Formats: sequence, C-alpha cells, structure tokens
Amino acid sequence: MSASAAAPLRRDPAHGVIAGVAAGIARRLGIDPVVVRVLFVATSAAGGAGLALYLVGWAVMGGEDGKLAPIERLAGRRETLMVVAGMVLLAIASLLLLRKWGLWLSDAIVWPVLLAAAGGALIWRQSTAPEAPARAPAVAPAAPRAPLLHLPADAASRALIGAALVVGGGLVFLWLNDALQPARDSVLAVVVVLIAATLIFAPWWLRLVRGLSAERAERIRSQERAEVAAHLHDSVLQTLALMQRRVEDPREVAALARRQERELRAWLNGRRAAGDATVASALEGAAAEVEEAHGVPVEVVAVGDAPLDPGAEALVAAAREALVNAAKFAGESPVALYAEVAPGRIEVFVRDRGPGFDPAAVPDDRRGVRESIVGRMERHGGRAIVHTAPGAGTEVELVLER
Amino acid sequence: MTSVVIVDDHHLFRAGVRAELDGLVDVLGDAPSVEDAVRLVLEAEPDVVLLDVQMPGGGGVEVIRQVAVRRPAQRFLALSVSDAPEDVIAVIRAGARGYVTKTISGDELADAVRRVADGDAVFSPRLAGFVLDAFAGGLPAEEVDPQLDQLSPREREVLRHIARGYMYKEIAQRLSISTKTVEAHVSAVLRKLQLSNRHELSRWAVERRLID
Repeated sequence: MSASAAAPLRRDPAHGVIAGVAAGIARRLGIDPVVVRVLFVATSAAGGAGLALYLVGWAVMGGEDGKLAPIERLAGRRETLMVVAGMVLLAIASLLLLRKWGLWLSDAIVWPVLLAAAGGALIWRQSTAPEAPARAPAVAPAAPRAPLLHLPADAASRALIGAALVVGGGLVFLWLNDALQPARDSVLAVVVVLIAATLIFAPWWLRLVRGLSAERAERIRSQERAEVAAHLHDSVLQTLALMQRRVEDPREVAALARRQERELRAWLNGRRAAGDATVASALEGAAAEVEEAHGVPVEVVAVGDAPLDPGAEALVAAAREALVNAAKFAGESPVALYAEVAPGRIEVFVRDRGPGFDPAAVPDDRRGVRESIVGRMERHGGRAIVHTAPGAGTEVELVLER
Repeated sequence: MTSVVIVDDHHLFRAGVRAELDGLVDVLGDAPSVEDAVRLVLEAEPDVVLLDVQMPGGGGVEVIRQVAVRRPAQRFLALSVSDAPEDVIAVIRAGARGYVTKTISGDELADAVRRVADGDAVFSPRLAGFVLDAFAGGLPAEEVDPQLDQLSPREREVLRHIARGYMYKEIAQRLSISTKTVEAHVSAVLRKLQLSNRHELSRWAVERRLID
C-alpha cells in the first residue's frame, strides 16, 4: 500500500494510446491498461461519460516526465489570465453600452468582426514581437534546432488560438448571414475527401518526417566529428610531430607536451583560450606564459573568480613577476600558484621549492621584488609579503582588499 | 610493504606506474577493465587499489561500487588525467579516499598509497581547491547540518595550505599542530565531502549518475 501511495497518479504518454491517462491509471492500480481502456470505451459508448472522464483525467493528471497537469499550468499563469479576462469583460461591457445607445451596425457584423480582430491581434503580436531569447543558451552551437517552425511551444499555441479565432469569426459571420447554406454540401464533400486522404497518406508522411530527422541527426554528428578532427589535426597532431623532431631535447619535449595538455584541457572544458577577462583566467594565462618561457611547470589552483579590474590587473602582474622569480630560482621542481577570490578580497600565493634565501642578505640595489611586486601591490592598496628562509623554498603572498 | 592493484585501461600507463612503484610498494597485479578489476581486487585483497577514473563500462566509480558490495573495507586511491570537478567529486563520493593526478612523481604516489593504506585521506592541491570552492558561500541557516555541510575554520586553513602546495609535515609546523592532527582534519573533510548534501556536491554527483 505504501508503495502505491508513494507513486503519484500520473499520465504515462510513453505507454499510452492517446495521452496516457488509461496507462497511468493502470500503472497506479497495477492492472493491464487494456482493462482500463475497455472501461473508458464502454462508458463512452453508453452516454459519453467515459469521454468526459477521460478529459477530466487528462486535465488534472501531471505527465510521467514531471510535466504539470494542464490545470496546474493554467493556474500558474493565473495573473495573466485574470488580466486578460478583466480586459475582455470591460470591452464587452462598453460594446453593450454602445449597442444600447444605438451606435451599432448589426449583431451579424460586429460580433464576428470582434472575434476575428482578437485572433488577428494575437497572431500579429506574435509575429511582430522581437525574437524571444532562447530558453536554453547552453545548447551547443554545433547542434542547431529544427529550422522550420522553431517557435517556442506557448508561442505556437498562441498563434494557433489566434488562427482559430479568426477562422471562427469568419464562419460565424457567414452563418449569421445565411451564406453557409449553399456551401455546406461541397464543404462536406471536401472534408470527407481530406479525411480519407489523411488516413491513406499518414503512414508515408510519418515515415518521411522520421527519415528527415534521422538524416539531420546524422548530419549534425558528422559536422561535430569534422570539427573535432580539425581541432585535433591543428593542435595535437602538430605537437606530436614537433615532439618527434625534438627527441634529443627532453626539456623541450616536456614543455611542448605541457602546452598541448593545457590547450586540450581548455578546449575540453569549453573555455576559450584567453578572451574572457577574469582574475582566474588571467592568472592561468600568466602561469602558462611563465611556464613556456622558463620550462618550469606551474600548477594553478583558483577558488572563486571575479571580473578583472585595474587593481586585479596589478595583482596579476605582481603574481606573474613572482612566478618568474620562482621559475628562475626553483630549478626543476614545480611552482604552485593558489588564488582565492572572495567578495572584497583577493589573495594569491606563489610557492616554489627552490633553495630560498635570506631576505636580510639581499642587497638594496636588487630592485626586482621590491619594485615590481611589493611596490606595485602597495600602489594599488594591497600588500605583498615574501616568506622565505635558506633551504625552505619561497612563498610570495599577495593580498588585495577592495 | 603496502600492497597495491593498479586499474587502468591504458596498457602503457599501467606499465609506467608499475615501473615507478617498483620497490616502493608491492604491486600485486593490474587490470585493464571494470570486470577484470573487480575480480582481481576480490581475489588479491590489496591494501589499496590505484584506480583510473575514466574507463569504458562505468569507470572507477563502477569498480568501487561493485567491490564495495563484497569488500566494504577496501581502500581506493583515484589516479586520473582529468581534473574536472565532476570527475573528482564523483569518485570521492563513491568512496575513494583520495585523488591525485597522473603527473604525480613515483615517490609522491608511493607516499599517497601508504597514506591511504593507513586510513588517511590524500588531497591534491587541486582537490583542496575544489573542496574550498564547493564549501564556499553560506547556506540558509535551517538547511545547514554543521557536522556535514560546513568546514571548520581549522579545516579550511589546512585545505588552503594543501592548495598552496604544502606537505602535511610543513602544514603541521606552520599551524603548530601535529601531523596526526593535520591528517585528522583532512579525514574529517573527506567525510564531509562524501556525505554532505550541499547542492554543489549533489549536482556533481547527479551529473555523474551517482544518485539514482
């Protein structure tokens, strides 16, 4: 019992014939959906109760895939609905007033025209509205959506309602003016032929549509494959060829491998090489440059991120200087860069495992650290501290409060 | 000597790790696939399984899952070329006690293996960075389980030092605590990482289908 209570009553379109109402009920009750369907059909035949029940079921049951029930969807837009209903009522009231005063053509003209005008307004508003922003901008650009009719679902349904109103208005006009009588016979004939044609051609048409979408998927796949192949060719294969020609220089080969690794990672993560100016990406860029120029691996770990402003730019420049120093004196061992970007505060630590030095023993005319790191930080309201001792490596700490 | 099984679908890489670890730890065998790995681990019962994260057939996470059913106490150390947060967090939450990248040196790797065998956690600087990132920012007070969803200031300080490239011994010195205490802090963080419901962690786990 508790198992069935845990599973809410939901439509099951995947297994359904029409909208999955019967399948959903059968699933909840744990019986064969055919039984439920037979009951629906039998009660429909006997007075139409089954049909009504089915419609109610469709309206109140949510979809298996977590979709809201139609009722809930309407309720979710209740405010819009209220406004629309209010405006419609106001319009009707003022029209009735005009009718009462005699400022009126005739019922046979005004009502159908109004209906058609409302529908027309709905459609025009739709087609003149600026392109709605895409719901999911994260969709890969390599996978374009179906080009035809790529209106969002609710826009499409609005256009459909508008069209129905216009057509309905026209029909009401014709009917009120008794113009439909002669047309009825021929219309009936056309409708019968159309239904027959649909029944005959529907299978072919369906197959055609499915074939087209399969072909499109295949085309997208092959495009993606071509893109990947082009990228690998330009980057990885080139680097591998270079490495084969430089086998006698292990340092160079290692540097090539690291550069390629970094590029490939950036590509895999969907990051563009350089470009977006944030603190973390600027630090990574600086680390890559230093790594390339000095052949010493730099490990960058960044926590948080922020856009690059002048203060942060100075911090990155100072960090770059610290990296260069570390690369020069650290020998072969890797340099670690750790950055923590919090609101109002950026901290960067550059650490090497080189020999370290005695700060007191550095002659005053060695201006590298003092000017390009400490001075630069202080000019931008930050500070730089160098922790070092002979044999213990060096760590430069850069802090910028904002 | 600590015994190890190496699981990786790249033959060259398995051979390389074997050669590097030779003499430092006792390599009982290696396996190229999820099924072979599960069989070998259950048979050889190593102290630590060195586990590649990305393999056909479910990857390291699947190996951990299948072994854990039969041998819940088995210890895993993840070793990967990937440094994407979802990979790292996924394998840690599946039960690995550490994560190192394949650029690690042989000595450091042997050290990490011994540490995991002793029941400690091994955090690379990058993993420490991810954890700080994932646990950054406040949570609505009623949703916080302070035992799991937040790092203590001390844990945060230890992680920051790991991210800055310090060894446990150096961290202990700098914070005037014992190495054992540093290890205890890291193990506590590992536990939070595996059990916390912070949405960053859950999201990563869901992306990798860790939660069904």
